[in-house]
Amino acid sequence: MTADQPALVLEQVSRHFGGLKAVDGVNLTVRPGERHAVIGPNGAGKTTLFNLISGELPATGGRVVLFGDEVTALPPHQRAARGIARTFQITKLFPNLTVLENMLLACEALDARKLVMHRALGSYPDMMQRAKAVLADFGLAAFEQETARNLSYGDQRKLEVALSMAGRPRLLLLDEPMAGLSAGESTSMQAILTKLDRSIAVLLIEHDMDIAFAFAERVTVLHQGRVLTEGTKDAVAADPNVQQIYLGTPAQ
Amino acid sequence: MAGRRPGRNSVAIALAVALLVVAPPLLPSYWVGLLTQMVILAILAMSLDILLGYTGLPSLGHAAFFGVAAYAVAVLSVRYGANFWVCVLGGILIGTLLSAVLGLIVSHVRDVYFLMITLAIGMVLWGLGHRWIPVTGGDNGISGIPPLEVHAGLPFQGPLALHYATLVVFLICAGLMRLVVRSPFGLTLRGIRENEGRMKSLGFNTWLHCYLSFVVAGAFASVSGVMWAYYNGFVSPTYLDLTASSELFLMVTLGGPSTLVGPMIGAGAIVLLKNVMSAYTARWLLILGIVYIVAILAAPQGLWNLRKRPSA
Ligand SMILES: Nc1ncnc2c1ncn2[C@@H]1O[C@H](COP(=O)(O)OP(=O)(O)O)[C@@H](O)[C@H]1O
Ligand SMILES: [Mg+2]
Repeated sequence: MTADQPALVLEQVSRHFGGLKAVDGVNLTVRPGERHAVIGPNGAGKTTLFNLISGELPATGGRVVLFGDEVTALPPHQRAARGIARTFQITKLFPNLTVLENMLLACEALDARKLVMHRALGSYPDMMQRAKAVLADFGLAAFEQETARNLSYGDQRKLEVALSMAGRPRLLLLDEPMAGLSAGESTSMQAILTKLDRSIAVLLIEHDMDIAFAFAERVTVLHQGRVLTEGTKDAVAADPNVQQIYLGTPAQ
Repeated sequence: MAGRRPGRNSVAIALAVALLVVAPPLLPSYWVGLLTQMVILAILAMSLDILLGYTGLPSLGHAAFFGVAAYAVAVLSVRYGANFWVCVLGGILIGTLLSAVLGLIVSHVRDVYFLMITLAIGMVLWGLGHRWIPVTGGDNGISGIPPLEVHAGLPFQGPLALHYATLVVFLICAGLMRLVVRSPFGLTLRGIRENEGRMKSLGFNTWLHCYLSFVVAGAFASVSGVMWAYYNGFVSPTYLDLTASSELFLMVTLGGPSTLVGPMIGAGAIVLLKNVMSAYTARWLLILGIVYIVAILAAPQGLWNLRKRPSA
């Protein structure tokens, strides 16, 4: 991998649901370490685009290239092994496991020891330490023994992001991590996101323009499955089309 | 969830072992036999728990591996006069190989499809037991399997010797299964049960984990089947039928899935109930159904989880 090789390249990526073109011929390049926001009205195809990048959904057209390797036909776990991690707009935890067990699973995911059957998990102190360290980074250390479903919504969202960080990803997809949080929780989540390792490329879906523009260097605006515009945040903010669909029309 | 009450499992296991170790010499041989049955079926129920309780894969055909291993012992010992270790290893190997082959198919499907496919597999094997008469003896089954103590050349004989030999096998199996569920692999099984989609996006090939779970469960079911063949001295298609798999399913759900200890208790309860009830009525299936309904209403998470998981 060369230094200036893109983390992610999408070429004419599409996903059609019957007649609905949820994602339609999207081109996108994300550089290593880039902070990139994806914005657009509800139903624009943002989550579907993430599903195509992470492999939850197969693309009906186009190519997905991750760190120079084409991954278009690979299932999600093989893309994760190549350095991609994601969070979900609707929290996806392991509800009846403890917070620590949730995190241990995330730590095991890319570790060959996940198939070990003849030793207790507790006999791997390095895994335990790694899990606890990530939980501490996200301010969840106090809840290690709590069952995930009993966490407050705000802490569940934190755990959602924490799980994605356990495998030391090189490309992180965050699907509306602030959605549904109180103002205080949102601020603390934004602080977490700001502090993420700068070597990780981050794609952030965010419906609040202020938050998106504060976080990102580059912005992609999706509209009806297509890229309306893409560029530096200043250029995008000044784009009259964006203002029309996003800012100008009161009822979108 | 596991480990929240660290003492409880150990206390229960200690009590059960004390009962199973100390009581038999004081009991009439009928009751010793029942205890032996409970111990053998506890292995089987715990093996299904790995699949049903931990991985969340509801198999209705799990008794098939038990049955096939038992048939293998019967065929090898009665028809071929094979020695003890050939019978034991042959039974375990054939049952496990069968689960390794069938696992390739069933690991792709989930939920009700998994239920239906495993049910169908159980029916096919039951049909084979019935119809493949030259090998299985059809409805008559195969009788004349030598007692374990005799076949193995143990210095002691009789129900007590069989009971203690079975207990040793049980302790080894239970210890191994406990290790499996507490291993890194064991945690991945619970992860799949809780949220398979998230497991995939984290980087797990969940198919492989489900497959291995199926084979591991099949292997322990086979051990149980081998012990059963020796205990019973006789095999017939009834060990392959839906009733056998339903009883087994009930042992796990009644006892408390995802605990290993619960299914052990469930196995004891069902064996006891079945034998006590059969003295009064021939309608065992009806009773089983009623127990099932009462269990679902009174203890939906199983007896062993009664006070453990408050409804949330
Ligand atoms: N699995 C699916 N099947 C059918 N239609 C879908 C599916 N997923 C998303 N869609 C549709 O695709 C469009 C884009 O959805 P989505 O990507 O969730 O938008 P966004 O995340 O931008 O709000 C919507 O019209 C949605 O109804
Ligand atoms: Mg969305």
